[in-house]
Amino acid sequence: MKLTGENIIEVENLVKRFGSFTAVDNISFQVKKGEVFGFLGANGAGKTTAIKMLIGLWSPTAGKANVAGFNLFTEANQIRKNIGYMAQRFSLYEDLTVIENIQFYGGIYGLRKNILKERAEELISELGMESFRKELIKNIPLGWKQKLALSVAMIHKPKIVFLDEPTSGVDPITRRQFWDLIYNAAEKGTTVFVTTHYMDESEYCDRVSIMVDGRIEALDTPTQLKKQFNAVSMDEVFLRLARPTQKQVL
Amino acid sequence: MNRRRFFGFLQKEFRHIFRDRRTMLILFGMPVVQILLFGFAITNEIKNVNVAVLDLAHDDVSRDITNRILSSEYFHLYQNLRSEKEIETAFKSGKVKEVIVFENNLAKNIYSKNTGNIQLIGDATDPNTANTIVAYTRAILLNYQQELNKGSKPPAIIQTEVRMWFNEELKGVYLFVPGVMTIIMMLVSAMMTSISLAREKETGTLEALMVSPLKSWQVILGKVIPYLVLSFCITLVTLGLSMFVFHVPIRGNIFLLLGEVLLFVITALSFGILISSIAPNQMAAMLISMMGLMLPTIILSGYIFPIDNMPVPLQVLSNIIPARWFISMLRDIMLKGAGWSVVWKDTCVLAFMAVVFLFLASRRFKMKLS
Repeated sequence: MKLTGENIIEVENLVKRFGSFTAVDNISFQVKKGEVFGFLGANGAGKTTAIKMLIGLWSPTAGKANVAGFNLFTEANQIRKNIGYMAQRFSLYEDLTVIENIQFYGGIYGLRKNILKERAEELISELGMESFRKELIKNIPLGWKQKLALSVAMIHKPKIVFLDEPTSGVDPITRRQFWDLIYNAAEKGTTVFVTTHYMDESEYCDRVSIMVDGRIEALDTPTQLKKQFNAVSMDEVFLRLARPTQKQVL
Repeated sequence: MNRRRFFGFLQKEFRHIFRDRRTMLILFGMPVVQILLFGFAITNEIKNVNVAVLDLAHDDVSRDITNRILSSEYFHLYQNLRSEKEIETAFKSGKVKEVIVFENNLAKNIYSKNTGNIQLIGDATDPNTANTIVAYTRAILLNYQQELNKGSKPPAIIQTEVRMWFNEELKGVYLFVPGVMTIIMMLVSAMMTSISLAREKETGTLEALMVSPLKSWQVILGKVIPYLVLSFCITLVTLGLSMFVFHVPIRGNIFLLLGEVLLFVITALSFGILISSIAPNQMAAMLISMMGLMLPTIILSGYIFPIDNMPVPLQVLSNIIPARWFISMLRDIMLKGAGWSVVWKDTCVLAFMAVVFLFLASRRFKMKLS
C-alpha cells in the first residue's frame, strides 16, 4: 500500500438535514488514493447517510465534495462509472446464478462481452467458486455470497469502492478472508471506503474516522488515535468518544 | 455503451420471469381456465330443469300442458305431487326448481268461464335462474293458449319478434372474454410490475441499480418492457382461445383492438410503478394491487355487474376505473365491429389516465430515490 499524496475523495463542510434533524453535521475530510479508509460510528451516528451522499444516492443539503475527481453536485454520472458500492444487504439476485449475477453487473457497468467473460472467469477462480458457477445465489452459503458481492461491486475496476458494513453477520473466518480481499483490492490501487462497527476491523484500516452524532470527532491512523486517547485498543478509543453523548442510539 | 447496459438489464428481467415457473404457469393457465369456465360452465341457458307438477285438475287440458312442457328439452319431471303440503318439501329437497300447479276443474273453467288458472312457483334462492325458468314455462303456456284460441275470433294481438343482435345466441362467453382479458392484463401489468420493483427495493438491489450508471428511466423501462411483452402474449392466447374454441367474433379491426390493448397495458403498468413507489415491500405491493386495483376492476368495471344498474354514486365512481372504459371499447370493437369513430372518446379518456399515472409514477419514483 503505497500512498501517493493524491486525494481521491475531498469533502468540505458537508451537511445533510432531514427536516429539523441534522444527520450529517458539517463534516470535512480527505481520503488518499489507494487508502483503506475506515468510517466508524455507532448506529445512527450518520455513517450511512454520509456514504449515501458520497455515492450519489442522496443529495447533500450543503457543502462541497469531490469523488474520484468529479464534482458530487454536477458530475454525478461520471462518479457512478468510477465507483463500486456494496450495501449492508449485499445486492445479489437470489434467483439468478453466480455467473448470471456477474454478467448482469458487468453489463450494467458497460463492460464489453469479451472483457466481461475474461473478468468473470478471473473473479470466479480468484474466489475459488468454480463449483458454484451455475448455482443460484439463494443456495450458496452467506460467507460466499458476501465475498462474491464484494468482487461483483468491483467488477468494473472502480477507482473507489464503498462498503457499508460489509461484514455484519458473518463468522470470523469469513471476515478474515473478506479483509484479505479488501487488501488485495487496495494493493491494486483501489481506494476502499469502509464502514464498520467491529472495532478490531478498524485496526486493519490505514486511517480511521470516528463519527459521533453527525460529526467527525477523530480522524487518524489507528496507532495515532490510540496514542492520542491513551488507549490500548480501538475499542477503548471508540468508547471514550461515543460515551459522553446520550443520543447515540437514534 | 448505453444500449449494452440496457439490454443487460432487460435480459436479467426476463431471467427473473422465466425462472419463476410457478408464476408463469399461473399467468398463462389462469386465462385459459377462466375462458374455458366461462365458455362451458357458466351459461344463462337452462336445460333439463327438474320440475314437480301438482295436478289438481286431472283433465285433458292439464295433461296436454304437462306433456308439452316435459317434451321440451328444458324440463324434466322429477316428481308428481299430491297435495299443496308437498310443495315445500319438494323445494327443500333441493332437486326441484319449479312447481307447476293446475287448479281444480281447469278444463271446465277454461271452456265455460274463459279463464283458467295455473300457478308457477319458482325457487328464488337463485333469482336469475328462477326468472329464466318461469319465463320459459310461460312461453310454452302462451303457445298453448294461442292454439286454444285458433278458430275462434282472435282478439287483437301484438306480435313481438325478438332478435338479439351482436350475440344472437346470448352466449355468456361473448360477454366475459373482454372482461377476462382485462383482468389478466391488469394482473400481469400492474401487479407483477409492482411486485417485481418492490422486490428490488426489499432486497436492496434497487439501491445497487441506482448507484450504477443506469439511468432511472432505464430501470423503469427495463422493468416495464418484459411485462408489456408478457401481457401482450397472454392477451393473444386469450383471444385465440376464445376465437377458435368458442367462436367469439372479432368484427372490428384487429389492429385497432391491439392498439387499445397496448394503451390499456401502458395505463396498468404506470399504475404498477405508482404502487411500487408507495409500497415498502412485496407483500404490501401485492395487497395494494389486490385491494386497490383488482377488486374495483372486477366490481366496478361492468365486467360482471352492469354499470347502468348500479346506484348513482357507484356509477360516478366507476368513471375513474380504467378497465371500465377498456371493457366497453373491447365489446364495441369485438362484438359490434365498431371503428375509430365510435371508440375515440373512450380512447381519449384512457390515454389521459395513462398520461396522468405515468407522470405521477415517474415523479414519485424520482422523489423516492433522491
